Amino acid sequence: MSRVRVLVGTRKGAFILSSDGKRELWDIAGPHFAGWEIYHLKGSPADPDRLYASQSSGWFGQIIQRSDDGGKTWHQPGTPAGEPTTTPDGMPKGESNKFVYDTSIETGKPLTTHQFYDGTPRPWEFKRVWHLEPSLTDPDMVYAGVEDAALFRSTDGGRTWHEIAGLRGHGSGDKWAPGAGGMCLHTILLDPGNQRRMYTAISSAGAFRTDDGGKTWKAITRGLHSLYIPDPTAEIGHCVHRMAMHPSRPGVLFMQKHWDVMRSDNEGDSWHEVSGNLPTDFGFVIDVHAHEPETVYVVPIKSDSEHFPPNGKLCVFRSRSGGNDWEALTKGLPQSDCYVNVLREAMAVDSLDKCGIYFGTTGGQVYASADAGDAWSAIVRDLPPVLSVEVQTLP
Amino acid sequence: MIRVTLPPHLRKLAGVDGEVILEVAGRVTQRAVLDALETRYPMLRGTVREHMTQKRRAFVRFFACGQDLSHDPPDTALPDAVATGAEPFMIVGAIAGG
Repeated sequence: MSRVRVLVGTRKGAFILSSDGKRELWDIAGPHFAGWEIYHLKGSPADPDRLYASQSSGWFGQIIQRSDDGGKTWHQPGTPAGEPTTTPDGMPKGESNKFVYDTSIETGKPLTTHQFYDGTPRPWEFKRVWHLEPSLTDPDMVYAGVEDAALFRSTDGGRTWHEIAGLRGHGSGDKWAPGAGGMCLHTILLDPGNQRRMYTAISSAGAFRTDDGGKTWKAITRGLHSLYIPDPTAEIGHCVHRMAMHPSRPGVLFMQKHWDVMRSDNEGDSWHEVSGNLPTDFGFVIDVHAHEPETVYVVPIKSDSEHFPPNGKLCVFRSRSGGNDWEALTKGLPQSDCYVNVLREAMAVDSLDKCGIYFGTTGGQVYASADAGDAWSAIVRDLPPVLSVEVQTLP
Repeated sequence: MIRVTLPPHLRKLAGVDGEVILEVAGRVTQRAVLDALETRYPMLRGTVREHMTQKRRAFVRFFACGQDLSHDPPDTALPDAVATGAEPFMIVGAIAGG
């Protein structure tokens, strides 16, 4: 029977929740890296026992952790204890927590500043890794989306990291500015049918696509409309909260923007709104059913100034038509006095039949539905605030 | 022999209990102690000092002999009591928050 492994990043450590295919009884392991912020952890599609985790702290900075046994044990891939820190010829060995922006002339147009909150130029400064996206085919290749916004890649299992500088060199980087949560690159979508195509989203710069493996990038924001920027239809400045796609249709993208749920049917070249009958179209998460490319999930949040569900009722909304027509899914979810948030990385789906849907809250609950959202129950209720949820479907 | 105390998160990261004992050849300075620490425990690189600038991270403090040495230049000699091992060089996570 198949199994699932739910990888949960929280403000105070990582937890791994495991169950068989029934998804009724759960084993809770953790906290791993207790006391540290775990913005994200994710498994390799090519080797499910290979996991990567972003561990960070306002005091001690960024750490990258790797597991080769499904999360039982972890190590920092670039800095094994007790080994020399230099190669025999004296060169420093890779360090897995070293993220250095590319400033070389050879690799494009490296930038030195972006806009700060007050519009003044600000040098790029690495703060943390928000998102880790392992390659679909190579367990040793993994992408990292970081704050201040940039895209990095490791091809040696996380030992060393190199910036894909073409993104910051897009030509608009000096206009990027942080949102309230920081200027983070939080979404990385890999096209399973085209290894050279990739999508990224940056809060609050916008969304970008490469068709040449990261060398050049195009802003994909046509059709977005944001009243909180001087020109609501500008190419740059839209606060994209999350994007999702179904692997069978990588040209169809769904987006939860700061306000508005959006859809693109042409690889992001243009977008149209599909908020439809949602009670509010503000929110953070969005995801797609594993077997139904037109079935989409969001969790509406009241507003940008009130980050909790409308009327204290936690609802997932599901559209079976790719947007516009949404139904509230409430069975098993709190329908009174609920004032949690669901952050942008905190929803995922498994690929069992029926599809399982999972999300975590800032109140420390991780909810699961084993029937595509019809009914929900909490796997755990009292974790630290949940930052991210990922799911692995295992044989 | 130099004695170094680490905050709990870094002790766990380095896999050590209690104080760390280091040998520092030559003049005992903040930089020399941190260099020796990072050589012995490479997983701590970037956690006490920034990778590129080698500056102390903002919320890390250095105490010894009842003094806050955080703002001393990194090549200033540490107190004799630290150099002889009589007192530890303390790396501390600054109090922040309520």
